[in-house]
Formats: sequence, C-alpha cells, structure tokens
Amino acid sequence: MSEPDPKPPAIEDPDLGLQLIPDQASEYAAAVDYLYFALLGVSGLLLALLFGLVVVFAVRFWHGVRRERGPGLAESRERRLEIGFVLPLTLSFLGLFYWATELYVDLYTPADPDITIDVVAKQWMWKVQHPDGTREINTLHVPQGEAVALRITSQDVIHSLWLPAFRLKRDAVPGMYTSAQFTPTQTGTFRLFCAEYCGTDHARMRGKVVVLSRADYQQWLAGGAAGASRAQEGGQLFQRLGCSGCHKPGSSELAPALEGLMGSTTELADGSEVVVDEAYIRDSIIEPQKQLVAGYQPIMPSFSGQVSEEEIMQLISYIQSLGNGGKND
Amino acid sequence: MTSVAESPTVAGEACTDDYLSGGWSIRSWLLTVDHKRIAWLYAVSITVFFFFGSAAALLIRLELITPAGDLFSAEEYNRLFSLHGIVMVWFFLIPSIPATLGNFLIPLMVGARDMAFPKLNLLSWYIYSLGGLFTLAAVIAGGVDTGWTFYTPYSTLFSNSAVLAAAVGIFIVGFSSILTGLNFVVTVHTMRAPGLTWMRLPLFVWANYATALIMILATPVLATLLLLVGLERGLGIGIFDPALGGDPLLFQHLFWFYSHPAVYIMILPAMGVISEIISCFSRNPVFGYTGMVISIMAITLFGFVVWGHHMFVSGQSMYAGILFSFFSFLVAVPSAIKTLNWTATLFRGRISFTAPMIYALSFLELFTVGGLTGIFLAALALDVHVHDSYFVTAHFHYIMVGGAVTAYMGGLHFWWPKLTGRMFSRAWASTAAVALLIGLNLTFYPQFLLGYAGMPRRYHSYPDDFAILHVLSSLGAGVLAIGYLLPLIYLSWSLRRGEPAPPNPWDARGLEWQTMSPPPVHNFKETPVVTGGPYEYRE
Repeated sequence: MSEPDPKPPAIEDPDLGLQLIPDQASEYAAAVDYLYFALLGVSGLLLALLFGLVVVFAVRFWHGVRRERGPGLAESRERRLEIGFVLPLTLSFLGLFYWATELYVDLYTPADPDITIDVVAKQWMWKVQHPDGTREINTLHVPQGEAVALRITSQDVIHSLWLPAFRLKRDAVPGMYTSAQFTPTQTGTFRLFCAEYCGTDHARMRGKVVVLSRADYQQWLAGGAAGASRAQEGGQLFQRLGCSGCHKPGSSELAPALEGLMGSTTELADGSEVVVDEAYIRDSIIEPQKQLVAGYQPIMPSFSGQVSEEEIMQLISYIQSLGNGGKND
Repeated sequence: MTSVAESPTVAGEACTDDYLSGGWSIRSWLLTVDHKRIAWLYAVSITVFFFFGSAAALLIRLELITPAGDLFSAEEYNRLFSLHGIVMVWFFLIPSIPATLGNFLIPLMVGARDMAFPKLNLLSWYIYSLGGLFTLAAVIAGGVDTGWTFYTPYSTLFSNSAVLAAAVGIFIVGFSSILTGLNFVVTVHTMRAPGLTWMRLPLFVWANYATALIMILATPVLATLLLLVGLERGLGIGIFDPALGGDPLLFQHLFWFYSHPAVYIMILPAMGVISEIISCFSRNPVFGYTGMVISIMAITLFGFVVWGHHMFVSGQSMYAGILFSFFSFLVAVPSAIKTLNWTATLFRGRISFTAPMIYALSFLELFTVGGLTGIFLAALALDVHVHDSYFVTAHFHYIMVGGAVTAYMGGLHFWWPKLTGRMFSRAWASTAAVALLIGLNLTFYPQFLLGYAGMPRRYHSYPDDFAILHVLSSLGAGVLAIGYLLPLIYLSWSLRRGEPAPPNPWDARGLEWQTMSPPPVHNFKETPVVTGGPYEYRE
C-alpha cells in the first residue's frame, strides 16, 4: 500500500568550520550554554584547587625536604574538614541540579506549537512530512521565529534525532511517539545527526536543518507542490481503508465518533479513563482491543502491517483536523 | 602496628616453600587451588583479552584519522567498536583488579591461608575462560555489530550477526563474577585474623568487599536480561518488540540496572588500590579512614539507583529523569570526599615519586576530570545535548581507563615485588607511567571538545570540521600504546632478570608485607595477630 521509500540524497555536511560551541540557533541553546559555562567554571575551580594542593604538598612534603612535619591531623579535625568541603560542594551541586532540571522541564513541557512536523526514522534515513503534505528526506526545513514541534517515531530500530545548534536530542522509538520542540531564532543551515547507534549506515544517517524566514518557508513549501495536506491525505486513507464505514461522521452507533476526540478523556470498557493523544490513536489502529472504549463491541480489526508509520501519522492529523476537544491546536 | 608472630623472612634467605616453588608444570597451574596462582591465571587471561580490546581500539583510532570511512567498511567498523566494548568491559575491566590483585591480596590482607572456597575460586576462572573464549570466538569469527550495549530491537530483530553466541558467553562469565563475589564476601566476613576488626581492614579490602556485593546483586539481572534477549531472538516472544506489545525501553532499564553498578565494579577496587599507594608513599595514614569507608558503602548503595541517567532522552518519563538526575548528583558526593581525602593524605607526609605513586597521582587527575564531567552528564539539560556524543565517550574513558586501568597498573607495580619476588626497573616504570598519563589526556581530552561541538558516538565517517580533534585523539592513542607496551616488556624481563625483592621493599604497613616475597604457599607460617590499623606510617 505504501510506496517504497526513495533513496536518501548524498551526504552534504553544512560547511560550518570547527565550532567548539556550536551555533546558538535558539534562545534555549544559549540558555544551555550558560549552564555549560557555569559547570566549566565550577569544575575549573575544583581542579585548580586540587592540582594546586597536590603541587604544593608535593614540593613541601617531598621526602628529600628535611623539615619537621608536625603532627598529623586529629580525628576531630578530619571530620570538620570533610564536612566543610562537602557541604558547600553539595549545595552547589543542588543548585546546578535545580538549574539543569528547570531547563529540562521547560524543554519537556512546551507551550502549544505553531507548527507540527512529523519525523519517521528508519534504517538509515529521516523521513519528514510537513502539515501541508510536503515531504523531504534527511533535511528539515523550518520557519524562523515559530515554535516548531517534531512528532517523532521510528519504523524499525531506535534512532535519535540530534540537532546540535538547538542543543536538542530525542530518541525515535518504534511503537512510541516522542516530541521535541524548538523555536529557531537564526536563519541558516545547521547539522542534523542520528545519535543512537542503529546499524550499518548509522554514520550516514545525517543531514541538515534549514531555517528559513517565514516567507521563504512558505515559498519553499509551495515549491514542493504537495497535492494534498497531511490531514487530507489522512482523510483519503480513512476512506480507502474503510474506517469511515463504522466511524461515520456524526454517528456513534458501531464505533465512537471521532469529532472532537483528540485531547478529550474517554472511558474504557474496563472502567478506566484515558486521555486521547497520538499514542492512544496509534494503539487503537494497531491493537484496537487493547483499550476498548466503553459501550462498544471489540469488532474493529487490527491494521497492523497494513499502514506505515507515516500513514498512521496522517490518520492522526486527519483525526486532529476533526476538532480537538476544546484544546488549542 | 601490625604484629606478626613469626619474624618475616629476610631477603637472601633461601625461600624454598614460596608459592612459586611448587613447580611450573601445566598441571601445577591448571589444577591449583592456591588463590595466588589463580590470581596469575586471571592476570594472564585478562592481559590476552586486553590485547584484543586494545588492538580494536587502535584500528578504530586509525580509521578516524580521516573524516571519510576509508580504512574499513561501515560493517567492519561497527564490529570493531563492538569487539572493543564487549571485550574491555566484560573480559578485562570487570575482572581486572578484583580477580587478579583482589584474589592475590585479600587473603594476605586479612591474614588468612586462602579464600573461603579455594575450589570455587578455581571454578570461577574456568567459567570465566570458557565464557570469554566463547564470546571472543563469536565476536571475531561471527562478528557482532550491536555495540556492547545490545540495544533492542536492533539486537533482537535487526542485527545479522552472532548476537546470540556473544550473549551466551557473557551469560556464562556472569557466573564467574557471582562466584568470585561470593568468595570475597565470605572470606572477609569469616576469615579475618584475630584482632583484625572491620575498621582495621585496609581500604583495598573494603573496596573489594563492596565490589563483591555489587557483583552478587547486579549480575543476576544481567543474566536474566541476556536470557530474555536470547528467547526474543530465538523464539520471537516479543518482550522488547513493540509490534507484539513489548517495550524496547524495558531492555534499557534492565541493562543499565546492571551496567551502571558495573561501573562501580570497575572503579571501587581502583579506589582501594589508590588509597594503599598514596598512604604508603606519603608515609601518612589515609586521611579520614572512616569517611572513606562510609563513602565506599554510599557509592555502592547509590550506584543502584542512578541507572535511568542513561535514558534522559530515551522517552523515559520526565519525572523519572528528574529523580535519576538528583541521585546522580548525590552519588558524586562520596567520590568527592574520597578525592579530598587522598589529597589531604599528602599533607605533612614524606612523599616519594615511585612509579606506583606516579600512577596514583595520575589517577587523581584523571578520575577527577572523569568525575566532574559526570556532573555535566547528570545535569539534565546538558545531557540532552551531549548524550550519545563523544563527550560521553571521553567521560567514561577518563573513568574506565584513566581510573580503573591506571589504578590497575599502579597496583600491579606496587605489589609486583610481592607477586613475583622481583623488583622492576624504576626508571622504565616511571617513564611508562608518565606516557600513560600523557597518552590518556591526549586521547580523550579532545573527545570532550568533539562531543560538545556535535560529534555523535559510533560514527564510521564524520563531517570534515572535526578532523583536527580526531587526529589529536589518534596521536594520543599512539602514546597510550607505548604506555601499555613498555610495562609488558620490562615487567616480563624482571620476572627472570629483576633484582630479588625483599619482603617489604616499600616499608609498607599492610599485613601482606609482613610475610616473605613471594609469599609461602599458606601465606603466613603462623596466623598473625593484628593489634592496629593498616596505615600506621607515622609511628
């Protein structure tokens, strides 16, 4: 049903020169670098202290130096020195922990995005589809100044999408959706890598991120000449696979109606409740009996093996386009 | 001060009953139950494995001199780094210090005639050799391309290589770890000489005791996991296969539940070695002995609750990530105490820069850099950027090679006179120690820079801009090779030609130095009575 994937383009690494600190293409990237510099500072201080002491002791207390050594440190002084060293160290560790965690929480709980781009990883390429249906491989075009969410999965093994210029990385895990969100502040071409070892051509699974101004991005999309949007493609699939036979618009006789479903809370046959998200919809297509909605018979067949990961994402986009239970897009 | 009932054998006196005088027949080695000879069996075996692991590393560094993948094919390169990781972790680092120095020294240090279970001890070596050769054959003849981490579903569904055979070998070797651990624990609990209380134990014994606990508690989880991978690969039962309702992340949880504590299996014995060396060559008791013991046990305990810091970007929940990050910061505190105490041990000492001491001070530098960069990786937002990059490679090599291997080399030199009854060339040994320090920093420091700059791990080819740092790193590997080959030459040479060693060439205070070099078959002519701590250098 799904067409074979085109061959990935030849690798063209963006020519950036050696950057010990990569481009800061988002505000978040700059924030991570501050943390990095702070940690470098703390480490440098501790190393200087340690090496300083070792060198001073090595010179003063070398066995050839015939100076009276004085008594060793008493047990009570030992404890005091240890505590005096460890307490400030632990406190600074806790401070760094708090700092790093705050950034991480920001990264994991982003505001609603302006645009959601689907990314499917496979051995050994990144397949990207934009909301308007435009597809690309190993290259990711994004608009500057907009909050871009990536909805990531893998169709075979675990991969990991790394965008160094955005200090961003998220694994692509089969059977699971992960997401990564960033807001590019700088136009230009940056690097994109697979960071999780994924087999023979792992090192060739790299490409580039191209940040364009909003106007250029729109123009670029138009040049791609996508026939239908991602949601429309999903809608066509919905017809073709026969989903619409039971999930009829406005009717919830045989199967739950899908309007306004995304983001809503649904009661299941076993009495538990579930928030309908991408993962739930994916599960319901692949394993419909797993979390059956209360009041319905387990009659839906599994579509496992009949739809590709990209097609499932298109179906999700379609269901999302039917309304989203009051949540913003 | 330790008092020994017998008077130590004086150098020059005929030592007819030392443990090596029992003959050099194959039988006398392969059927021995003497912990000292078994230690040698291990020493020879791990050296062979180290050779294979290092050869692979050298080939990897050769390939990476140029950005294009031109020396090996991608498949060959992947097999090389898998071989390097598998062999170095399971067949060199994990057994290294415990099975050689630990096996030799623990009974001597506690004043016992042998291990609690001498036959089990020999069995451990046979199991280790069997498993090791099995895996080595699988990895070399069949080829394994999963990396040492065997992540699913790649290892279970996609890799066309000898994964099953390699896993079987590692599974077998696990039993050797467990048996060795059991032997250590029982020996330390039940066979201490009269007067040798827990708080008089050398830190080397404490460290190996803690290591033994980890081996016993964590290794069964690895065994379970390998069994599951085998079942999944052979029968497709679907534990890790999302298409069958399994979860690939479950593998990572189980894997790191073993493999993170395994890092402490490698580094704790190293810490023990360093405490003995620094104390001896500063002529000072170890500063803060109690704090050192508490730190060892705290590391052991906390080491079991930080595994999820390997999974900050894996799809693990954000809250789990926060908890694991918190514990990872905490586990750094006892390591910091130990570093402080080693440094303070130098204070008002009488320091001499023998080869073991140069190794120990190198350890201090390398371990501190490795430990501090561990804080970078424990910091959630930073880890998101540098995870699976060369920053991680650099960090754990500073700990594994800079820490564990440097300490192993230091310990080997420190106890060489006791092990063999021979002295080594001091000049050559100091040269080798300095070469190791320079080689290590030159190899792995550029890798920190590479990682933050954006170079991913396990890449056969890479963007041109990274070439200069890779060239530096490969140069360092060349220097490192010298640091490893030199000891192989002058230590072997010393076996035949070295000056005979007196019982206590370093004027050390530990119990193992109060018997002759090399020790008699049953270690002590009479059971020693201990009346003081192991570090009474000031009296």
